[in-house]
Amino acid sequence: MPAGTLYRGREGMWSWVAHRVTGVLIFFFLFVHVLDTALVRVSPEAYDEVVATYKTPLVAVLEYGLVAAILFHALNGLRVIAVDFWSKGARYQKHMLWTVMAVWVVLMLGAMYPVLGHAAREVFGS
Amino acid sequence: MSTTETTASGIGPVEGASVYTVDNPAPLIEPPRKRTKKTPKSTRGNFEMAAWLFMRLSGIVLVVLVIGHLLIQLVLDGGVSKIGFAFVAGRWASPFWQVWDLLMLWLAMLHGANGLRTIINDYAERANTRLWLKGLLYTATVFTILLGTLVIFTFDPNIR
Ligand code: HEM
Ligand code: HEM
Repeated sequence: MPAGTLYRGREGMWSWVAHRVTGVLIFFFLFVHVLDTALVRVSPEAYDEVVATYKTPLVAVLEYGLVAAILFHALNGLRVIAVDFWSKGARYQKHMLWTVMAVWVVLMLGAMYPVLGHAAREVFGS
Repeated sequence: MSTTETTASGIGPVEGASVYTVDNPAPLIEPPRKRTKKTPKSTRGNFEMAAWLFMRLSGIVLVVLVIGHLLIQLVLDGGVSKIGFAFVAGRWASPFWQVWDLLMLWLAMLHGANGLRTIINDYAERANTRLWLKGLLYTATVFTILLGTLVIFTFDPNIR
């Protein structure tokens, strides 16, 4: 690893690492997502067949992971913007990170039933 | 440096009054890095600054677009289970959602591609590796943006 990519090792560094990792994950997802959506130009059957895999329990868990990545990247991205543009941003960066994490946990709990509910019904029976 | 006063030392007694008055003003000291006619013009342009600003502006817009998209696709109206060709046909019948998806496609792809460019610059140390990785990145980005745009504009609900 190039020198200087690991530093300090506190919240600020780990939030930066997580921002980077989630950003890359979302980008790769988006690439595949545009390809699968393009199947609507092939045939309704081809599209529906691929979308059917999105509805399986295993992929539901992946979708929950995607939601986790996006929510963190979005909330922490707003924090980065606040650090850059708000005059007190740098002073409150740590407080803002804990706010980001708290909001993230609440939203993830809220997303649990809508995203994973159908998978749970399929696996455990309704 | 332009100096109008040459006789006084400029350093008065610590507790005393300043040696400078309206009629005897202090020498004007130019900022050390001021651009003048003699200094060379900046050759770098402002691309990196524009890219930095774009990341922040597109990020703010993407919060609305992407989280709205996830709400529609995964939460409202039965979640993923409702998605299918008929559902997409219903959504792209509306210019509003066409523009929404188009904007989301362009902003997310450009934001993500620029982010990856930064990451390649950070980790790929050899010039040749950087060149190839960026070539691959730009090719994939242009391809994806064009394909997604084409799909939105040529979508045909009566394809069959
Ligand atoms: C698992 C979660 C997701 C599902 C189920 C989903 C579903 C869909 C569906 C059904 C469409 C078709 C058009 C429409 O209904 O608007 C679509 C299009 C699109 N989605 Fe998603 N989406 C998801 C996540 C995302 C994310 C995270 C992004 C952005 C980073 C995204 C970006 C797009 C774009 C840009 C289009 C337009 C594609 C094109 O131009 O061909 N989607 N999505
Ligand atoms: C949901 C709203 C989003 C917000 C508020 C947001 C915000 C940001 C900000 C402010 C940065 C710059 C970080 C810095 O300069 O240190 C950034 C970087 C990045 N974003 Fe986003 N972003 C969002 C969505 C996305 C999406 C949809 C993608 C993928 C397609 C993405 C991929 C990336 C990548 C790869 C980076 C570079 C990370 C790095 O250099 O460490 N972002 N984001």
